[in-house]
Amino acid sequence: MADLRIDLAGIKSPNPFWLASAPPTNSGYQVQRAFEAGWGGAVWKTLGDPILNVSSRFAAVSFNGQKVAGFNNIELITDRPLEVNLKEIYETKKRFPNHAIIASLMVEPKQEKWHEIVKRVEDVGVDGLELNFGCPHGMAERGMGAASGQVPELVEKQTYWVKEVAQTPVIVKLTPNITDITVTAESAVQGGADAISMINTINSLAGVDIDTWNTIPHVAGKGAHGGYCGPAVKPIALNMVAECARNPRINVPISGIGGISNWKDTVEYLLMGATGVQICTAAMHHGFRIVEDMIEGLSNYLDEKGIASLDGIIGKSVKRYSDWGNLDLNYKVVAKINNDVCINCNKCHIACEDTSHQCIDMLKDGNGNDYLQVREEDCVGCNLCSIVCPVDGAIDMVEVKSEHPPMTWNERQAAIGSVQSCEVDIIK
Amino acid sequence: MNAKSSTNISLVDLKKNFEEVHPGLSNQEAIEEANRCLYCYDAPCITACPTGIDIPTFIKKIASENLKGSAKTIMTSNPIGASCARVCPTEELCEGACVLNHSTKPIMIGNLQRFATDWAIKNEQVLFKAGQKNGKKVAIVGGGPAGLSAARELALLGYQVTIFEAEKEAGGLNTYGIVSFRLPQVISFWEVDQVKSLDVEIRTNTRVGKDVSVNELTENYDAVILAIGMSSVPQLGIDGEDLDGVYDAIDFVKETKEKVSDHLLGKRVVVIGAGNTAIDGATCSVRLGAENVKILYRRTEAEMTAYDFEYEFAKQDGVEFRWLTAPKRIIGDENGKVTAIECIKMKLGEPDEGGRRRPVPVEGSEFFTLQVDAVIKAIGQSRYIQLIEQFGLEHDGGVVKINGETFQTSNEKIFACGDVIFGKGQGEAMVVSATQQGKETAYAIHKQLFKQVTETA
Repeated sequence: MADLRIDLAGIKSPNPFWLASAPPTNSGYQVQRAFEAGWGGAVWKTLGDPILNVSSRFAAVSFNGQKVAGFNNIELITDRPLEVNLKEIYETKKRFPNHAIIASLMVEPKQEKWHEIVKRVEDVGVDGLELNFGCPHGMAERGMGAASGQVPELVEKQTYWVKEVAQTPVIVKLTPNITDITVTAESAVQGGADAISMINTINSLAGVDIDTWNTIPHVAGKGAHGGYCGPAVKPIALNMVAECARNPRINVPISGIGGISNWKDTVEYLLMGATGVQICTAAMHHGFRIVEDMIEGLSNYLDEKGIASLDGIIGKSVKRYSDWGNLDLNYKVVAKINNDVCINCNKCHIACEDTSHQCIDMLKDGNGNDYLQVREEDCVGCNLCSIVCPVDGAIDMVEVKSEHPPMTWNERQAAIGSVQSCEVDIIK
Repeated sequence: MNAKSSTNISLVDLKKNFEEVHPGLSNQEAIEEANRCLYCYDAPCITACPTGIDIPTFIKKIASENLKGSAKTIMTSNPIGASCARVCPTEELCEGACVLNHSTKPIMIGNLQRFATDWAIKNEQVLFKAGQKNGKKVAIVGGGPAGLSAARELALLGYQVTIFEAEKEAGGLNTYGIVSFRLPQVISFWEVDQVKSLDVEIRTNTRVGKDVSVNELTENYDAVILAIGMSSVPQLGIDGEDLDGVYDAIDFVKETKEKVSDHLLGKRVVVIGAGNTAIDGATCSVRLGAENVKILYRRTEAEMTAYDFEYEFAKQDGVEFRWLTAPKRIIGDENGKVTAIECIKMKLGEPDEGGRRRPVPVEGSEFFTLQVDAVIKAIGQSRYIQLIEQFGLEHDGGVVKINGETFQTSNEKIFACGDVIFGKGQGEAMVVSATQQGKETAYAIHKQLFKQVTETA
């Protein structure tokens, strides 16, 4: 079995699977159950001045009959007294010394407030701190969470305040509710963050009840935006992780969060530069037991690939992620329909005909049987037909050898630029 | 309409008729079905499985494409999990318990189990490692489901295990007794190999009581497990039973597992009995090209012991059923070959001690004769009483008496599980139950031997 241990900025855990700061990590009872089930770490539900919660807090989005494609919540940070949480953290750490417990923190943007809470949680033996600069609802209206996480100066300053007193590694958790997450990530690094985690939830309204006209969820007939997470946000989060991972100025480890439901999602995050992952929605959907398959699946994957530890995959796809201007304009793929596998639903034809490049023909063979064929010369290799195809293996996207050497847009522009400057010289 | 016109049975390529009836789920079918599973907590399907397979977990692992993990979850609980995926009466067990019976339709648990184990077979996975040797030796008599299951668990616990198997190959019922078109031998052989990979020695072609003495086992091993199953079909007790063309259903099926011949092509066959083995005899006959196959049963449809799906399957194959019909005499020609069977009409009388109504001849009814070329006897199985008595064990008509908790026989060093203890109120005759008994016997031995060790230490 492969070695699944991780060391994220000095925080060690037996595997890369941490529970994210959220309802599953609300109490010692829950976190201890999670550790018994096999979770490597837990980020405790955010500590701060206790708040009041509302009733009716969660909503989920189903997609074509599949439950919890996306998940939305308006729950706030912990509503339990700080002393109670600290006592339970202490007890849990004592029982599970090898598992990582990270305290998520959120206080008003004042130096003394940060100093005070950091000292108190470090006194009970946490392995690290995570600064919650991302909670998008409720707390943000009070100037905390995403409200401070959206202002780069506040991210830097508050991180700095924490680092003034922190003895354990500091992770800054970033909000995705911002145009360019690398800006706030960089601010966190400037402030001295040992690591960053992303993403927190995305501003969302799960739905509207078309009979009662109430929002989903609603509190006594009124709603407010919540935070969106679950499988639906994974591509958004994965991009943000990748953008930070490939940015040379953001040179700290990343804890990946957002829609991770299984070991395969985890592999993707690790390949894209995350050192470990945090999970919430999948656990809320199925319970802590899902971690067994995650651990086993990840281990089997590494074993099959002959990779001894997670270092062998972390960040391995980062260099393959770049700007559009660096993509090869002369690379070409075309669709190939395997007629022996095709079930003739014609979805590829209509998708291509109406919304792409009109290159899939509906034909009849000599026996009068229907078949579909791609006119390769007109195919731009957009993938749409293979995306809508409902049958495994019916459409392959195959590479066509280009007669030209690779050339990116940036190379092309540079070449044109140099030719033009030559011409200018000649005219002179 | 005869048997051939209603099915896809080939009279040209008989071998093809013995290929697995169901092709197994495609990758896409399996993923879609696995994602339909609710992944219940404390799921009723787990409780309904005699071996307690963590079904939601193995299905979740199919959904996440952790197929090795899925197969391991299955095989951990059930060392015969690949065979059981095919032969378990799932609608009476896991699938019958699926909560989706109450909302949509149950998950195809058996087919998903087959998908995961087929993957492991195809990818030549070895799923387990033998435990650290604990210095104890166990002999297992019989390499069928119960014996293999006990061997697997004991090997994981560190025992040196030797299986004594009378046949050429281990696997018992799964290798020889279940028709190929339900369970091909390769599946059973893979399960045997999984057990062998744990350093378990399997001595095939070795009949205990003949090739190896009973004393040799009881003297040289710390414990002995009797997992000998059942023997041949008993005599009908009517004239003509020794004629050429009268078969024992067990032997009949066994032969088709190893080679398919055309000796029944175009022939008329009757099968006596209406249990699962009778159905096997009948459907094998159809697949061997018999022109007409009838099942004769002295009770009615309501009393037949074959599973519903087996009954349906036989009907699909064009097998005819003659209820309340008992054989009186098998008639042969001058060469000693079967030509006809004489029968009598029955009716149901008073219930017997088991609660089933006893068939009695209809008084004054005429005997009637069916022209047949072959008669297959499938009226149950006899027991290896002689061997049981060589071991000196208490038994009730061949059903070895055990302590229900410890699986110990009247000789406390000898344990018993599987069909040899089935009947007389002890357990159920399913592959999956025998497998579970094998596991429990292994744990009972472990408890017994290591309790003694600590006591003497």
